[in-house]
Amino acid sequence: MQKIQKRIYHIIKKYVTVALLLLPAVLICFPLLLLLTGSVMDSLEMKAYLFPAFGGGEGFIQWKLMPDYPTFEHFGRLLFQTPSFFVLFWNSVKLVACILIGQMIVGVPAAWAFAAYQVRGSRALFALYVVLMLLPFQVTMLSSYLVLDRLSLMNTHAAIILPAVFSTFPIFLAYGGFRALPPQLFEAARIDGAGELRIFVTIGLPLGKSGILSALVLGFLEYWNLMEQPLAFLEDKALWPLSLYLPEISWLQAGFALCASLITLIPAAFVFVLGQDYLEQGIIYSGLKE
Amino acid sequence: MREVEGIKRRTFNLHNLKKPNRKAGGKKGRRRLRAFLFFLLPSLAGVTLFVLLPFLDVINRSFRTAVTGDFMGIKNYSVIFHNQAFLLAVKNTARFTVVCIPLLVLVGLLVAFPLSVMKEAGLIKSVYLFPLAMPTATIVLVWKMVFYRQGFLNLFLTRLGEWTGLWGSVSIDYLGTGASFWVLVASYLWKNTGYTVVLWLAGILAIPNEFLEAAKVDGAGRWKCIRYIILPNLKGSFYTIVILSFLNSFKIYREAYLVAGSYPQEDIYLLQHLFNNWFVNMEFDKMAAAAVCVGVVLFGAIMLLQRFWDWAE
Repeated sequence: MQKIQKRIYHIIKKYVTVALLLLPAVLICFPLLLLLTGSVMDSLEMKAYLFPAFGGGEGFIQWKLMPDYPTFEHFGRLLFQTPSFFVLFWNSVKLVACILIGQMIVGVPAAWAFAAYQVRGSRALFALYVVLMLLPFQVTMLSSYLVLDRLSLMNTHAAIILPAVFSTFPIFLAYGGFRALPPQLFEAARIDGAGELRIFVTIGLPLGKSGILSALVLGFLEYWNLMEQPLAFLEDKALWPLSLYLPEISWLQAGFALCASLITLIPAAFVFVLGQDYLEQGIIYSGLKE
Repeated sequence: MREVEGIKRRTFNLHNLKKPNRKAGGKKGRRRLRAFLFFLLPSLAGVTLFVLLPFLDVINRSFRTAVTGDFMGIKNYSVIFHNQAFLLAVKNTARFTVVCIPLLVLVGLLVAFPLSVMKEAGLIKSVYLFPLAMPTATIVLVWKMVFYRQGFLNLFLTRLGEWTGLWGSVSIDYLGTGASFWVLVASYLWKNTGYTVVLWLAGILAIPNEFLEAAKVDGAGRWKCIRYIILPNLKGSFYTIVILSFLNSFKIYREAYLVAGSYPQEDIYLLQHLFNNWFVNMEFDKMAAAAVCVGVVLFGAIMLLQRFWDWAE
């Protein structure tokens, strides 16, 4: 009897713990629910629901999980009648792609340099890189502005791309991946007569790829939501990324905004699902102290 | 319990186990230096051009006037330290950091402990990580729907009050009063808990099972295990979690700016708001001086953290 009691107690305890952990999880997903239902809600219906909160009406905001008049009008309008949306969408794609490719070309070898070769001063230099990673954008905003102005890059996409390419965050992440490899491996290759570049390409890159991929995933999420830099360096709205388009929509077009949000979220969610394992790896790597 | 403390004293720290000596002199050393420079140079050149040199320029500017560039000594510094907006922004940013980072570190740890012994951890972890992928602009629209005076939160509280009969209609203006600070804290936790949980989990799971087994054989209960085995081995994770929380605490400005604009309620007027406004008004002298101050404080904080960490080793 006692055994059964103990077992029941264990099962209850387990489910209570799961419930306690899931409850905040549900709260976390609440915005997604609003997005999904709001994007297929009729404008008039949505306006009636939101009017109390945004338009100064009486009573409270309302919502329905199943809209009375579900419609795809927002999707249609956004995808077929809003050319500016596409311009910004492709701006975002271009910016993110250029930044990530550049980071790979510049940052990955740098991370390799720090991980595989310990020379005098390399530790101090790496510490400096970490500090630079932590400086908020606003602290270096003036500096970046001056340099970009002198290079006459202001109001071009290069003003966003070039500084981001030399961000030290991907170096920090890729470094963790390379650092986890045993140095004996490189020694063995060296004894067999492999050059340093060859060691990097044939041993470092394939074995350290989880760190690199996590830098890609985290980088994508970061630059897809880029905000401060384009706001400061791009005056021409036709050059803006998608992340700056959304805030411009008023509440009267909330359904339209939610729909645009959903479409913005799709590439991010896609990359997120694909890269989640690597993302976790990356977070783990960045958690290793050197 | 003496055995457990023995384990503690020997400090099975994973980071101590792996410290290969990669230094060498002579011909080999030169070859190493050459390879190091070969791989690092592109990055070093870019970082110098886009971050370091301009920052030196900012330091220079912080001692000069904004327009004519005359040398002023430390006048700019004394000006900003008597500037109401600057003092307010420093106060708010410091308050936010002091409230949020310990809270985030603790919440993450509290979620990570039960998750570390659970099979369903993967799914729950994914849900916690989800906010990382959510576009900031979307978050902001939802925040407005939730926290406006007639939004979802007040609706929920009012219904709860009706249901329990304890209080009447609730109509708090969360974004226009001091509560806005806590809205910001909540959104910071909402966004970063997943990150922290995964980091803590990685740290906990990296502790070799033998340590825990040995402690259990010696009769240590769950709490003793946590106190003497798990926590001491999480020092490395702790260091990084604090640094990354720091990094992410600066990013909350995006939400604050999008919800409330350049001049929000005074409790959430952060340093970044001030920098942005100075930038727009071309008050570069004040901005440069403040930027140097922030850089120095940040550098000091990181060095202190590093020192503390080395000492705790």
